[in-house]
Amino acid sequence: MEHQHKEHSLLAEEFNANEPRVNWHDETLWWVRQKRDKMAWSIPEWEDLREAASRIKHNVLGNLHDYLLAFEKNAQANGAVVHWAADAAEHNKIVLQLLQEQGVKRMVKSKSMLTEECHLNPYLAEHGIEVIDTDLGERIVQLAKEPPSHIVLPCIHKKKEEIGELFHEHLGTPAGNADPKFLTAAARQHLRAEFIQSRVAITGVNFAVAETGEMVVCTNEGNADMGAHLADVHIACMGIEKIIPQRKHLGVFLRLLARSATGQPITTYSSHFRAPKKGQQLHIVLVDNGRSRQLGREDFRNSLKCIRCGACMNTCPVYRRSGGHSYHNAIAGPIGAILAPNLDMKEYADLPFASTLCGSCSNVCPVKIDIHQQLYQWRQVITKEGYAKKTKAAGMHAMNMVLSKPGLYKTAGGVGRWVMRTFPAVVNNGLNPWYKQREMPEAPKESFADWYKKNRKQ
Amino acid sequence: MKVGLFIPCYIDQFYPQVGIATLSLLEKLGCDVVYPPGQTCCGQPMANSGFEHLTHGCNELFVDHFKDVDYIVGPSGSCVLHIKDHLHVDGKEQVATHIRQHIYELAEFLTDILKVDHLKAKFPHKVGIHQSCHGQRGLGLAQMSELVAAPFSKPQQLLQMVEGLELIELKRTDECCGFGGTFCVFEEAVSVKMGKDRIADHVNNGAEYITGNDVSCLMHLEGILRRQKSNVKVLHIAEILNSI
Repeated sequence: MEHQHKEHSLLAEEFNANEPRVNWHDETLWWVRQKRDKMAWSIPEWEDLREAASRIKHNVLGNLHDYLLAFEKNAQANGAVVHWAADAAEHNKIVLQLLQEQGVKRMVKSKSMLTEECHLNPYLAEHGIEVIDTDLGERIVQLAKEPPSHIVLPCIHKKKEEIGELFHEHLGTPAGNADPKFLTAAARQHLRAEFIQSRVAITGVNFAVAETGEMVVCTNEGNADMGAHLADVHIACMGIEKIIPQRKHLGVFLRLLARSATGQPITTYSSHFRAPKKGQQLHIVLVDNGRSRQLGREDFRNSLKCIRCGACMNTCPVYRRSGGHSYHNAIAGPIGAILAPNLDMKEYADLPFASTLCGSCSNVCPVKIDIHQQLYQWRQVITKEGYAKKTKAAGMHAMNMVLSKPGLYKTAGGVGRWVMRTFPAVVNNGLNPWYKQREMPEAPKESFADWYKKNRKQ
Repeated sequence: MKVGLFIPCYIDQFYPQVGIATLSLLEKLGCDVVYPPGQTCCGQPMANSGFEHLTHGCNELFVDHFKDVDYIVGPSGSCVLHIKDHLHVDGKEQVATHIRQHIYELAEFLTDILKVDHLKAKFPHKVGIHQSCHGQRGLGLAQMSELVAAPFSKPQQLLQMVEGLELIELKRTDECCGFGGTFCVFEEAVSVKMGKDRIADHVNNGAEYITGNDVSCLMHLEGILRRQKSNVKVLHIAEILNSI
């Protein structure tokens, strides 16, 4: 089966070639998970809060059509222009047109995973427009010409020394300087110049309130505000699932978001954008891009509750040891693995298998998405649609044949163990992935069934 | 009380001593235990690989073997969870439902049904508990570190009844070991790395033995320990609870 990318297992193997780096990546994200735990435990009603958030989103998904129309109406009444995009291509076209109307060749963008999902930056580059990502982490990966490896911590895979080198090359900081404070100050200087010049600013959206037509954008750096306030045109791009019914529901989600994401009580800025200021234009692009299809998949609908906190990535023992890029998708980790197959089942057929189904993701999820159960379900769907590897399918059919017939199972087990004892090289070789870094279990002469027959009356 | 002993395929083939320990422990505790011969597998290896639609053969066998018992008990949280979540057979749904509702992993059967409060067992060693995910997060054998909720642990409750046994503390109490069924071969690099990291946590905290409620995880950890030529051993919880 031809894929545009290497599969997760191969990319993960490459990531694991440098074990100290894997340890560092794992410890760094585990530290974030621990910060999240501390913050969760600081709120006695934490589990109730998760349940409330999950139910609010359940209501949203059940009434999405009405909430979207209410949001559109209220946003228009506030003076915003609302655009609807069926897919990534339409979204990109709408944004390009707005930029061309303004005649800009360069503009700032604060963090938006949706525009990553739509591959907006390369699309605009093809049309001669340069996007400057203003979230520090995103700017770093942009300078490195890499995609983000994490939805909240885009450059978590980079060490500060590597960032120092990048800044030296692109921003002219002194070679060898990797002091985070110094580098942050340098980035700030560099980005201020961009903010001041930029006539258009794109932002993402964390929550869109149907009742008021306003949007809330959460950042720690204030870069969304800097961009949107200084520009003549603010374009806010959002997936249609970002809707919440009423402003009061923000009290639930804002308490959960930053605690789950980075272990902070709240993000430094929770910026509300309601109406354009005098002389400014506010455009809101509502993007479907497969979301209504996912809404129609009963087993996977709940994935649309996601508020993009990244807690499932930080807790995932596989993500921590394979790195975000091994998921070859804008959204990595467990949540990415249940969202991506909806966009392209063939291309992302490997992702639901990049999990041990340990279930930790579902337990940290602030909106209680049953992530590990959806991973299991996607495996069934992907197999039935014919995207399982042929070798795996053959193995499974053979295994099933043996396990469905007690006589054959008994014989095969006895013969297999005899072979392992007598000719260990048959299994202890390079073709057996188990044996590469593990010994095979010892093969006893007697199975439990054999022992039982001899030692207990039947 | 008639207990049907469910010995998963790989325990039957590679770890008969775990089956024997489970059986004698249940017998010692006064259960009338039968081991229906001809049982094979719960079907989980296929189902977790995306081939649940192939498991009707295994499901039929399971229902036929365990239709006449009050409880079904097995020394593997993962296989028990699979049956609990996925056992269905056309035309035999009533029996399947009874089985799904009466199947228990060994430790929870001891604490919840037999209500064991003391054991005659002795194991004078430092032991680390590996919380297997399906037993813990799926069956609820112990509280999960992600949740803001009161702690408890059924395996720990039982191990504390064993004379001389010293439980060690871990840095990460319930991180997955990376076995994950066919994950262990299809995602070999990450699987082994996860196993190595779990082992390091136990070793750094002085474990002489790593125990758990799932032989599959222990088999994976044992494979790595033996490759490392480590002195640390793995034992299923039944083997410790049954030791004198």
